Amino acid sequence: MAKVPVQFTLNGEEKAEFVDSGATLLKVVRDKLGDTSPKSGCNQGTCGACSVLVDGELRLSCLTLAETCEGAHIVTTGGLAKDGVLHPLQRAFMDEFAAQCGFCTPGMIMAAKALLDRTPDPSRDEVVEALSGNICRCTGYEPIIRAVLTAARANSQNAA
Amino acid sequence: MKLAKSYFADQRKDDLKELGQGLQRSDVPGHVTGKTSYFADRHFPGMLYLKMVRSPHDHARIRKIDTSEAEKHPGVARVITHKDVPHNVYTILILIQVGPEDEQVLAEDKVRWKGEAVVAVLADSQRAAEEAAAKVKIDYEVLPAVLDIEEALKPGAPLVNEYHGQNYYMYDSGASRKVRFGDVEKGFAEADHILEQTYFSSPIEQAPTETTGCIVTPDGNDRFTCYTNTQAMFFTLDNTSIILQMPGHKLHMVGGTVGGGFGGKVDVTVEPIAILAAKLTGRPVSFIYSRHEEMQISSPRAAEKIVLKDGVMNDGRIVARQVWGYTDAGAYSRHSPYGAQKGAAHYPGPYTIPNVWVDTWCVYTNRTPSSAMRGFGVTIADFALEVQMDKLARLIGMDPLEFRFINAYRDGDMKAHRQETTGAALIECMQEASRLADWPVAEKYLQMSSYKGS
Amino acid sequence: MAIRRGRGVAAINYPTGMNLGGDPSQALVHSTPTGNFMVTLSSVDLGQGLKQVMAQICAETIGVKTEQVIIDTADTDTGPHCMGTFASRGTHRIGNAVIQAAQEARQVMLEVAAEALEVNASDLDTDGEGNIHVKGAPQKSISIFDTALMAHFKLGRSISGRGMFLVPRSYPEVETGAMKPSTCYAHACTVADVDVDDETGEVTVVSVKNVFEIGRALNPKMVEQQLVGGSWMVISHALYETTEPYYPARDHGGSDFNEYLMPGPGDLAETEIVVLERPAADGPYGAKGPGEMCANPQIPALANAIFDAVGVRIDMMPITPERILRALKEQRSA
Repeated sequence: MAKVPVQFTLNGEEKAEFVDSGATLLKVVRDKLGDTSPKSGCNQGTCGACSVLVDGELRLSCLTLAETCEGAHIVTTGGLAKDGVLHPLQRAFMDEFAAQCGFCTPGMIMAAKALLDRTPDPSRDEVVEALSGNICRCTGYEPIIRAVLTAARANSQNAA
Repeated sequence: MKLAKSYFADQRKDDLKELGQGLQRSDVPGHVTGKTSYFADRHFPGMLYLKMVRSPHDHARIRKIDTSEAEKHPGVARVITHKDVPHNVYTILILIQVGPEDEQVLAEDKVRWKGEAVVAVLADSQRAAEEAAAKVKIDYEVLPAVLDIEEALKPGAPLVNEYHGQNYYMYDSGASRKVRFGDVEKGFAEADHILEQTYFSSPIEQAPTETTGCIVTPDGNDRFTCYTNTQAMFFTLDNTSIILQMPGHKLHMVGGTVGGGFGGKVDVTVEPIAILAAKLTGRPVSFIYSRHEEMQISSPRAAEKIVLKDGVMNDGRIVARQVWGYTDAGAYSRHSPYGAQKGAAHYPGPYTIPNVWVDTWCVYTNRTPSSAMRGFGVTIADFALEVQMDKLARLIGMDPLEFRFINAYRDGDMKAHRQETTGAALIECMQEASRLADWPVAEKYLQMSSYKGS
Repeated sequence: MAIRRGRGVAAINYPTGMNLGGDPSQALVHSTPTGNFMVTLSSVDLGQGLKQVMAQICAETIGVKTEQVIIDTADTDTGPHCMGTFASRGTHRIGNAVIQAAQEARQVMLEVAAEALEVNASDLDTDGEGNIHVKGAPQKSISIFDTALMAHFKLGRSISGRGMFLVPRSYPEVETGAMKPSTCYAHACTVADVDVDDETGEVTVVSVKNVFEIGRALNPKMVEQQLVGGSWMVISHALYETTEPYYPARDHGGSDFNEYLMPGPGDLAETEIVVLERPAADGPYGAKGPGEMCANPQIPALANAIFDAVGVRIDMMPITPERILRALKEQRSA
């Protein structure tokens, strides 16, 4: 299969790879770069478990071709903690008991981060809207919504 | 959530130190950082991807399987058919003596449901495996299918599964698991009212976010390590050992955190064929269900048909209950004979009824085999039972909650399956619900207790 | 045409563990040289938090802090047999096996400490803070750290224990069905409030008020996770979910999350939960299985509430807007 060169940053680190033409960003990040925090729940863009940020935009990495990410800055949940300190969203997901099996959690956190990056103090409705592309089968969503609102409050208190 | 500590306080010593505390889960830091390891978070050099060729028919005879074109497809390492499976006909509960073996790992002469596995194709990429799978040619002679519980039980219905010889599971008690308690006909004769109703449900998928799958590596010493998201490690190991006629000590199952199960990962459907593929090719093998396979191929919660006939008195006492419960097992047993008989003991519900007659059936049809799911054998039964309770209360003009108090079981009451009730707490749950929801009931019901002699 | 409010109730009981028993689980416990404890299992954590609750059970039994307990599980090369994680058996069956193993390990630990303190093991107790002391004389004590070191390097003893829990299999009597399906039962009662749009058949679950009796809430936060998630799942069962919407016909089966319907974060019912605790005689510290029992009474409670709202009975699950509309149409033409 034809190989295509691609360079991007993953959680701030420069990466340069030859990838199969047509390979998804999900497969490249997981299998070639070893960051398994994005999950494959459907490979068809219906579950949100593979969500990542590409240049700050929420993207389904299972529907994104790696070769289209040339020069992009990619962020995953695996790269969110800095110097061993958890991101407020990660802390809030723990405090609110918002993860059970944990499989949807990295994607949920990405969806929530995309929201908070642009709307630091969201309403409940805005949180619901932001999470509506992500499937969770364990929690019943309520703890996840609460965690995102908690993280937003923690952010605004830190900023104040 | 609120803990209502006032109930049963006399039966508890609230002196625990580590328990009773809402401690943080030790696995959650891994979840929120994406570091928790799931079976598929592994990638091995030279790994092969397995794509299953499945039956497009509900019921058909296989005339011929031609894999020659698929084998020539670029990237294909191996094609596996029933001929490669040492013990091709199995059933998972054989380990606890629930037979007969009734299911093919890979279909040989017949397919009995749309989606049944026939040929496994292994290639060095998922794409090559899928392209090659499309080149497998199978010549089918389509047979009449039975898709309905009632049709399946009619005389002369097409036979779904020859290993059973009839379209229902044969228990030691006959065509159904039976519960007989008191004299149900006498109860009906005495009743002020009789109500017979039929309830149905459709199949329900467990739908975990992580699909069923495994990754197998040959260890180089004739052992195989299987990274799997099974809900039952040794159940999978022991069944694989039987199917592959491979001593159990050659198998090593490694789980981890599972991305949701809900009963959907209790069947043994991916590991035996993936381990066989690793053995035949000497290479690592990945067999992970697609989302479509998870939703339509993996076994769902069974559809059920439930007929309830109750005799009730004007004062609210249920004096007789007769139940016919039918579980649609699909084409093969898997866990359905177990689930169907779980209902038999459950059917009277949490009520004390002097005359009970229950028959539960496990019925075979040409559809996706059903199996375990969160509460199977009970959940649909509760739907039927508790809707029936509402209808009975309204039939005699009684408040539905008060009607349940009148019939609620208490410690010391004899259940229909002849166990004395212990540890009952239905009354207290209903009392708290009455308070929580502001659903008024007469004071005498709030004074009741589940304790014996109270 | 209007939105009509209705209310329904349902009550249930639920058996703990595999029906009819016969489902063993084993556990092994041993201490490290510095007095941490390893619990070895082959049980699978599906996300419900099995590892955490087993660590707490082991810690409670031995008398140490939960963070000192490590759970090694889901590996058939190292872990002893477990029947599996299903049938609300995890906490009950595996928990009992862990207790038995931990009690044996604790006994050896106390014997070693007794030798160090020159007293009888039966005179010793743990303080839950990492020390073993003489009952009634807390100043006469030795740390578990030092006890483990002594066991390993001086006495050559293994602070360890084996646990096995098996509810003997019950075989139903053929003619009468006399049998023992379970040793303990959880209980629940749900009151549901719904709004039904009698023009579209759409149901909005306004609230579910759930009362659950689960023996003992060993970790109340994790119990809450199960109960909230289970209540959501079964509301989904009642109103949305099926792989074959026109069963027994096989058409229109959903094969992805676009087609297979479930309530999303914008469709949640207000959910209240109250937990009662009547300890089970054979439960680990009284616990029963909470995982499945919590996902049952909501279905009939909703069906009954829908009847209360619009006067039609939908006796087939799921209770879809289409079925409600057809029933309303029939009701109006009757």
